[in-house]
Amino acid sequence: MTWQIILGIWMSGVVIASFVYMPATQGLGEMGRIIVYHVPAAWIAVLAYLMAMVNSIHYLRKREIRYDRQAQINAELGTVFCILATFTGAIWSRGAWGAYWNWDPRQTSIAVLLMIYAAYFVLRSAISDSDMRARLSAVYAVLAFLTVPFLVFIVPRVYYSLHPDLELVNLVERSFEMDRQMLVVFLASVAGVSGLYLWLYNIQKRLENLFYKKALRRRF
Amino acid sequence: MATSSFPWLSRSLAVLRKDLRIEFRTRYAYSALLMFAITTLVTVSFSVGGFMSGPEMTDIAAALLWIILFFSAMAGLSRTFVQEEESGTVIALKMAAEPEPVYIGKYLFNVVLLFSLTVLVVPLFVVMLNLSVVLVGGFLATVFLGAMGLAGASTILAAIVAKAGAKGSLMTVLSFPILLPLMLGAISATRTALGGGPPGAINADLLMLFFYNGVALAASLLLFEYVWNE
Repeated sequence: MTWQIILGIWMSGVVIASFVYMPATQGLGEMGRIIVYHVPAAWIAVLAYLMAMVNSIHYLRKREIRYDRQAQINAELGTVFCILATFTGAIWSRGAWGAYWNWDPRQTSIAVLLMIYAAYFVLRSAISDSDMRARLSAVYAVLAFLTVPFLVFIVPRVYYSLHPDLELVNLVERSFEMDRQMLVVFLASVAGVSGLYLWLYNIQKRLENLFYKKALRRRF
Repeated sequence: MATSSFPWLSRSLAVLRKDLRIEFRTRYAYSALLMFAITTLVTVSFSVGGFMSGPEMTDIAAALLWIILFFSAMAGLSRTFVQEEESGTVIALKMAAEPEPVYIGKYLFNVVLLFSLTVLVVPLFVVMLNLSVVLVGGFLATVFLGAMGLAGASTILAAIVAKAGAKGSLMTVLSFPILLPLMLGAISATRTALGGGPPGAINADLLMLFFYNGVALAASLLLFEYVWNE
């Protein structure tokens, strides 16, 4: 319980610091504050999708059903954080580019990412046999994750995107006092959101394990 | 055949020959593909053919071409594995060859199927919409790589759908997001080839299509075993 309280205080601190302590960014102005929420959400989304793929590979190797549950939980959490990143991105886009949605390559890629995992859940719901569902959805998760590099890294490079990726790199390179304040808040936010992800994952895992045990007991 | 120095190749070709023979006898998959493509093509030409002028014309034409090809492919490509499940020949095929030759054979069959569709539909599309192809080589390369990529990624998905009980719309739902990077690249390349934008821009798109093909094929080859074996 202490960890949850620490996490709650930590995240509250990050939220307050992002408006009070952190200065407005040089290139992006006041809108730059969203970096504290948007980038960690996107980072956790990619991390959770990566974990979904890793667990899917584990399942295909070892055929233990718990890996399938872990892959499912990670795909769900990844989708939640991906939706958060999409929404914060759209809000920022409204301020910086003038419209909530304008099919910038970065927005296209995140929309497709959401569609991929929506299709993953459709596939899961279409198969009733649990072993078959685990196997086929694991294959689909691996296939789907292989298209992620195309969407996240290649598409925005090949097609000109206005997304400010370099803003973060600049932040690390220029070490002005102002940027250092921003970097501290940003890294604190990354740590906090990562903690939030681990907590959610843990709860979901315990819950799914209980459901599984209950289903087993009913069968025998 | 076991004495061949490339056992996979000869077995894959055997699977391809078997599928081509079945297809030649029934002509079910090809008819489904072709009728779907012709129907959508006629609808497109009838409804927007008269408005295809101006600078945005190439953008619209490129998107329409790949929408037609994508949905026709979805109508026919899942057939290869569904037919094996329906006729109960899956077990015989599993005993006859390893998963990889089966995959390669089915993939080659889908490539042949899509190529024989595109040689008919793409010229018809160009004629019916009064398009002028500026970069002929680039256009052919785009259609070639695009059709290969459609077949490459959807073959393993067809196997998944067949195992999942061949539920009607599942094939389209599963393949759309996976094929979207390919579609985006192909649409962009087609637009350039039809004269929209600088000709040099087509190279990056073709490179992306090429790598997509490679990734799709390698991943499917590695993963197919898990779909195929119970």
